Amino acid sequence: MKKTTLHSDVVDMLTLEDLCRFCDADEAWVIELVEHGVLDPIGGTSSNWRFFGASIRRAKKARRLNRDLGVNTAGVALVLDLLDERDAVVRRLAQYEAP
Amino acid sequence: MEFKDYYKVLGVARDAGADEIKKAFRKAARKYHPDINTGAEAEAKFKDVNAAYEVLKDSERRAAYDQLGQEPPRGQWRYQPPPDWDSGFSFSQGGPQQDAAYSDFFETLFRRGADPAGGMGAGRGADSHGRIEITIEEAFTGAKRMLSVRSPVLGPDGSVTLTERAVAVNVPKGVSEGQHIRLVGQGAAGEGAAGDLFLEVSFAPHPVYRPDGKDLYLDLPVAPWEAALGGHVKMPTPDGKVDLRIPTNARAGQKLRLKGKGLPGHLSGDIYATLKIVNPKADTAETRAFFEKMAQEMPFDPRANLGG
Repeated sequence: MKKTTLHSDVVDMLTLEDLCRFCDADEAWVIELVEHGVLDPIGGTSSNWRFFGASIRRAKKARRLNRDLGVNTAGVALVLDLLDERDAVVRRLAQYEAP
Repeated sequence: MEFKDYYKVLGVARDAGADEIKKAFRKAARKYHPDINTGAEAEAKFKDVNAAYEVLKDSERRAAYDQLGQEPPRGQWRYQPPPDWDSGFSFSQGGPQQDAAYSDFFETLFRRGADPAGGMGAGRGADSHGRIEITIEEAFTGAKRMLSVRSPVLGPDGSVTLTERAVAVNVPKGVSEGQHIRLVGQGAAGEGAAGDLFLEVSFAPHPVYRPDGKDLYLDLPVAPWEAALGGHVKMPTPDGKVDLRIPTNARAGQKLRLKGKGLPGHLSGDIYATLKIVNPKADTAETRAFFEKMAQEMPFDPRANLGG
């Protein structure tokens, strides 16, 4: 087995093009996610949008829900919001159920 | 190889119609989708459900699968397909579009001959995606991991072999869950530059801390007199011990914030400690006497607000 040591970096502040590449998605899909408020980049127009690193996870999740379950963008936005809410509730619940 | 009963996986009868199979698949896919179902079994279940549908939705494959017969009797662990089980059928290549491997069972029966190189050789190599799990303590210090990465390599004669490499990954300090680490040039090889390898960071479950973004939550046990009298307690954090001031007459469930003591980074997170009042056991004559004295001398009705 060949051994490689290399430099690694944490991905943050991505352009639209970066995000599409990292999530294996096309621009139209990502723009739709932004229009539905699933992703919230900084910057005015799509050409100077900058996405936070956490957007990769969210966009990937959106992509999988769309591909695996056939959920459309509005549905994906709703599912992700509800999942966030559920996770917050589960965290709160853990506080009360802790031994 | 383990035999997979695809009808059982989808919970349909062996003579189920195409509509029924589709309905069962959609329901199961929603239930077990790993982004929705966080249970440990969900991902494996989801793969089985997809593999089952991949086979049963296609009349050609379903007919071939039906010829395989039933699950082997108990005690017979390894499943071998009968020779020439697929004679008379020809499968269109591919199968699922996602390059996720379903199971040995599926791969052996339905995906032979698929090109492991995919679209290799056409320009830039594809990016690879994976996950890396670290502990919360490691998020404070940074971590090193050796990953073994398998990637297809195109030989000079056009043949494809899978090679395994060890890749040393440096996880920098201050990462939080859901962030991605990029390893440039560690994805699949291509004619041009190799693709990159992306690793999504997740935290191993921790006995004390519950992470939320850059913040950490924990339950902080305090004695009844610490809660009543207030004062300073020493609290361990992943970054070392800190001095925490408990307010006088603190309530159970009260949340105390330690600013900047959460996950480190450009904007450090906070620690939220939820107070939990813990009673000492009255298991000696002295402690019993002490509690009895409190019961007699303290005019305290914990049920005053219950009414009735």
